[in-house]
Amino acid sequence: MTAPLDIRPARSRFDLQQFSGQVLNWLKGLIPPAVAFLIFLAIWQLFTMGPEANLPSPVRTVQNTWELIINPFFDNGGTDKGLFWQVLTSLQRVAIGFSLAAIVGVALGILVGTSSLMYSALDPLFQILRTIPPLAWLPISLAAFQQANPSAIFVIFITAIWPIIINTTEGVRQIPQDYNNVARVLQLSKRQYFFKILFPATVPYIFTGLRIGIGLSWLAIVAAEMLIGGVGIGFFIWDAWNSSRISDIIIAIVYVGIVGLLLDRLIVFAGTLILPEEQKQ
Amino acid sequence: MPVTQEPFLLLDNLSKIYPTPTGDFVVLDGIDLAVNEGEFVCVIGHSGCGKSTLLDMVAGFRQPTEGEVRLQTVPIREPGPDRMVVFQNYSLLPWLTAYENIYLGVNSVFPKKPEAAKKHIVMEHLEMVGLADVAHKKPGALSGGMKQRVCIARALALRPKVLILDEPFGALDPITREELQEELLKIWQDHQITVLMITHDIDEALFLSDRIVMMTNGPAAKVGEVMPVPFARPRDRARIMEDPRFYELRNEALDFLYHRYAHDDT
Repeated sequence: MTAPLDIRPARSRFDLQQFSGQVLNWLKGLIPPAVAFLIFLAIWQLFTMGPEANLPSPVRTVQNTWELIINPFFDNGGTDKGLFWQVLTSLQRVAIGFSLAAIVGVALGILVGTSSLMYSALDPLFQILRTIPPLAWLPISLAAFQQANPSAIFVIFITAIWPIIINTTEGVRQIPQDYNNVARVLQLSKRQYFFKILFPATVPYIFTGLRIGIGLSWLAIVAAEMLIGGVGIGFFIWDAWNSSRISDIIIAIVYVGIVGLLLDRLIVFAGTLILPEEQKQ
Repeated sequence: MPVTQEPFLLLDNLSKIYPTPTGDFVVLDGIDLAVNEGEFVCVIGHSGCGKSTLLDMVAGFRQPTEGEVRLQTVPIREPGPDRMVVFQNYSLLPWLTAYENIYLGVNSVFPKKPEAAKKHIVMEHLEMVGLADVAHKKPGALSGGMKQRVCIARALALRPKVLILDEPFGALDPITREELQEELLKIWQDHQITVLMITHDIDEALFLSDRIVMMTNGPAAKVGEVMPVPFARPRDRARIMEDPRFYELRNEALDFLYHRYAHDDT
């Protein structure tokens, strides 16, 4: 009798040396940004140490906002809520506005990309509309909806939709002629062409559009909430400014930055799940 | 009424002219070519001589300005699965496996066949090109030669009357190219299919074809000369290379391409 063969795949065997090597590499990669961050804090501290400084120093910021940092989940009713709830409310608005923009944007983009008449009719319009700053839409949407929350959601929608439309259109127009020739020779039905060629070929472009769109949404929501009030990270910042709580503003800005980064990573991650290996850009 | 026997595939006084602001630009000027059923015809000529335009019109991607292409007396107006094209740059869909790429065509052209029959056709043709074991790999995981084999399998799975190849082996390394030439020859013999192939490579044309159509330079390219290739079939590369006629024909073709119709942009 022979000994049973070891048929386990190589990577399932735990290799301590390799693992610790990976951890070490990862830690090494953290050194440059950590040093940069420390230098940034040092400069900040340096400029805000004097007694007549307008902004709090980093140490002072943490001291002032310690309650906010350690307890993001408090809820005293009204707009007096922890940062978790503020961010969550803003994220809900972004989720609704952005999802609508993604659905409408991809559909419109495919329509405009497949029809050269639609393209020549609508592309100039899109090129103009996309340059309008998000907040310029707010008064119009307030006039139309008469309510703060739908207006904020509309601003997200109208901000995020242009890059989604434009990138989807571009993706459809960039489908290699070879694929279209294949479709013509094989006499694919419209449905088969859509699902087997057009959509898969366009997906990388759609994700580029979604990624730009989510970034713009997050930029827009903070600004829009400052104006509409209520719960939300944007109004939290504005409210802190009105009550001269500068340290709170700084902490809220850190939250905004981190959440923005996470949103961006989320879209990239969703892209890696959906995109086949061959198409990754 | 007497019926004249029309050739299987006929390019009848085919011209392609693009109007430009400075006057008409004539790409092809009155191409006449008759291809018999089961014949292997290669078209050679310098780049820019309109070979691809010619092929596009046979495939049905473009319409001739004058004249027409007829397959079994029926004028060609649009692309269709009776004239399958193997493109130079593979043109497999990268998000589908080799199997799915072939299945897509089979399913579209034979929608009424039972599922098992469709599967059988796909696997049969993957086996034909020796790729049954990579059926479920995507093109990104296949070599250039394998991709082109899948393309040939996809084309033949639809039982075309004419197989059109546009410089199919141009992007392959010399060894793979020779292997695929031999495979193509074998497939052509087994299937008794009519082949129209564009190539740059005189040796390839001499090894594969029954006749070589040499095009004059564009613009306004014509059929310059049609050279019959007399080697007996089945062909053996080594034996052909020893045949003195091989060098005569090769020199004749080279003379045509590089002396009488030399490209002047060197």
